[in-house]
Amino acid sequence: MSLQVENLTVYYQTLRGDVQSLEQASFKLADGEIMGLAGESGCGKTTLGNSLIYLAPPMKYIEGRVSLDGEELPIWDLARMNVYRYKKISLIPQYAMNAMNPTRKIGKMLSELLRSRKISYVDLLPEIKHRLDIVKLSQDVLNMYPIELSGGMKQRMVMVLSTLLDPSLLIADEITSALDVSTQKSVAEMIVKFRDCGCMKSVIFITHDVSILYQIADSILIMYAGQLAEKASTNVIINSPLHPYTKLLISSLPKVGVKYSEDKLSGIPGTPPLLLDPPEGCRFRERCPLAFEKCLQAPPFIEVENGHFVACWKETPA
Amino acid sequence: MTTQTKKNEILYFALRNIKLRIGVSILLFFILLTFIGPLITPYDPYDFVTSGAFPPSGEYWLGTTTFGEDVFTQVVYGLRATFIVGIVGGGLGTLLGLMIGFVAGYWGGIVDEILNMFTNIILVIPTLAVLLIIAAYLKVRGIFVESLFIGFTCWPWAARAVRAQTFSLRSRDFVDMARISGVKPLKIIFSEIAPNMMSYLLLVFILQFGGAILTAATLDFIGLGPTNTISLGLMMNMAVLWSALILGSWWWFVPPGLAITAIVGALYITNVGLDEIFNPKLREM
Amino acid sequence: MPGNPIDILISRAGLRGSAVQTMYDYYMGVFGLDMPIWKQYLNFWTSLFQGDLGISIYLFPTPVTDVIMKAVPYDLALLIPSVLLSWIVGNNFGAFAARSKRLDNTLLPFSYILSATPYMWLGILLAWAFCIVFRIFPLAGGYSFAMRPNLSFAFIGSLFSHWVLPFLSLFIVQLGGWAIGMRNMIIYELEADYSNYLKALGAPNKLIRKYAFNNGILPQITGLALKLGEVVAGALATEVVFAYPGIGYLILQAIHNEDYFLLQGCFLFIIIGVLMANFIIDIVYLLVDPRMRAGMQGETA
Repeated sequence: MSLQVENLTVYYQTLRGDVQSLEQASFKLADGEIMGLAGESGCGKTTLGNSLIYLAPPMKYIEGRVSLDGEELPIWDLARMNVYRYKKISLIPQYAMNAMNPTRKIGKMLSELLRSRKISYVDLLPEIKHRLDIVKLSQDVLNMYPIELSGGMKQRMVMVLSTLLDPSLLIADEITSALDVSTQKSVAEMIVKFRDCGCMKSVIFITHDVSILYQIADSILIMYAGQLAEKASTNVIINSPLHPYTKLLISSLPKVGVKYSEDKLSGIPGTPPLLLDPPEGCRFRERCPLAFEKCLQAPPFIEVENGHFVACWKETPA
Repeated sequence: MTTQTKKNEILYFALRNIKLRIGVSILLFFILLTFIGPLITPYDPYDFVTSGAFPPSGEYWLGTTTFGEDVFTQVVYGLRATFIVGIVGGGLGTLLGLMIGFVAGYWGGIVDEILNMFTNIILVIPTLAVLLIIAAYLKVRGIFVESLFIGFTCWPWAARAVRAQTFSLRSRDFVDMARISGVKPLKIIFSEIAPNMMSYLLLVFILQFGGAILTAATLDFIGLGPTNTISLGLMMNMAVLWSALILGSWWWFVPPGLAITAIVGALYITNVGLDEIFNPKLREM
Repeated sequence: MPGNPIDILISRAGLRGSAVQTMYDYYMGVFGLDMPIWKQYLNFWTSLFQGDLGISIYLFPTPVTDVIMKAVPYDLALLIPSVLLSWIVGNNFGAFAARSKRLDNTLLPFSYILSATPYMWLGILLAWAFCIVFRIFPLAGGYSFAMRPNLSFAFIGSLFSHWVLPFLSLFIVQLGGWAIGMRNMIIYELEADYSNYLKALGAPNKLIRKYAFNNGILPQITGLALKLGEVVAGALATEVVFAYPGIGYLILQAIHNEDYFLLQGCFLFIIIGVLMANFIIDIVYLLVDPRMRAGMQGETA
């Protein structure tokens, strides 16, 4: 079990009060697992991802425990977490296109970064070159400025940078959303390739695009308005979801071979609640076709089948 | 967010912001002094009220000049000139910068190219050198003429800033909507773009205000200021010219410079405060 | 052009009777003031292109070019060190202020007050404090009036002691603007994506700050070009305070003596000087920004 998260609650401080963007999240990640993390924008995906690696204000730690490879992570302590960053947990950020210092040659930046973590760039050089080969980048990029690379090249370069120290956990935050469809696929496949080579143990792949997860993820975790809704293997989520939100989300995806005119895509009526002062109980209640009185209490996120977790009173054995 | 709550929020932060409170208090003090000063002093700025330079006393609050003029009277009348230059010169500079920046940013293309080149040329030429020449050829100069000259030369950076802002605003949806529905460009500028830039324009005006005051002070000090009124820069000019330094009459040259520094400094600090209020990112948590 | 400057010149000579008229006609002829205005104007431009700025009325019969050339070294001696030093110190000061909230809250208002201070007022205050009250430095001139220019230690020492205060007033006022600019740049750079990425990868603050400083300093180079006009204006005013024999002081004399030839000459010199400085700064920027360098190499390769 590489990652274990228990009751993780993180708020976002604003002047109008705390935004409850992550509430009581508990889940596990197996070694080698690529877990897709999906949900609408603003549902807390990025908060969850960031709080595992860099929990800085205005994010505020409320409660919860996180352990990686059996070791508890002091995620509430910015300074103490530094030991784990990059070496044990790493990040491919949403803004990978601008993630590299524009005025340093990429190789120079990397060597300065590594030296600051007491690692020798020269010793790692053969490995760096090997990984550049995997992502089909020429070794010359180390002698270039980021501005000389195309968007896709920068993305792949950041992928190599982030996974260089073989982290136990890689958080990939919306890394495909800025790319065109064909590049999306190749980037997603490279994540799988990296995992297969052992460049990292497990991956949390954050995206709002469920269809890309179908191609690469072993399991999918669905979030709604700061709460975990459902987690199961990719097949189960796509073919037999249990949570009403997941069902609606999956049914709103276009299916291969189906013409739009025949089967009209249905959106989900309503909008998610504001997390500044969210309603008690299940936060999907107001948009849920199945809601009943019990939904005024928050449903627990429990395992209904082996590896299939869901937070819905309808699926909870009484 | 509704407009009402947004307005309330801005007011709330405005009242809470220390920089804004300090800046505005100092400005209010000097504005009051400008209006009340001439009423409480019995003299005119160039009246010889006594014989020679005397340090501050109960009778002459800020002392007197070598010629026996009352320094307090000169300061309060000089303040008036300072504020006129700030409002007229800074206002004109803002207005010109606004129009040129808007037009360049909105039309783009060749219009933008030409205006931008023009702006850059004026931006690089040292304004004061130009003002020197113009002022030297004019025999009689009033405070308004000086303000106009300053206004006509201080607009370039404002034009640059407004142009950049307009560029980013004009690509927004609501401007596109107006354009597609056939609204005239000028109307779009004033009804769609300008309101969205109001806060920004206020900041530009404040900086222009301060800049105009400093430019005028330098001109006056070199002896190219207004010939028919007193100004704070002119007071410093007279003080240096008539050996206030050697005679040790510090009360002659300290008050005018202090007033300019306080007013311009207060403007800058107000500007920072307002910036924090308008840009939520900068607000202190 | 009015005949007034000639009147001043003649009244200084203290002539009487018919000699006045003779001298008047002579001078009008020498300066070409007896010609129609349009011809005077044309003459001005033709001689300008031949590098001739005319003859100074105030320092008759020295050519304007010579008068200015004598003043320029004093301006350069004030401007170059004060601009460069205040740029360097101000940028470091600003980067230092961006370190913590408390530093920021004390150093920032101080910087704003500095940049709101009129150059000449600070000059006057310094002159009063160090020349009159404490008597450490001399008040007026480029060197002691009792000396003739020569290459002795005593003379260089005199040059230096006359230079210190005008230099200081220029240096101190400019400091504030650079500090504010750099502080804002650093705060902006520390929130840039590449800074956040480095933070997430556990890079120490030292490295992140170093990058922020290196990237923030680039726009400050452009800022230098934009500030130049204002600094030159400040230098002119400061020279007036200290009667420092640079172009600013010449302008003051030219105005009082209505010496338009000298005034135009000074004006042209300032414009040309500032444009040249801008050109140099542009080149420096090209050399310093690695992205520009990479772009140029890419084109030639």
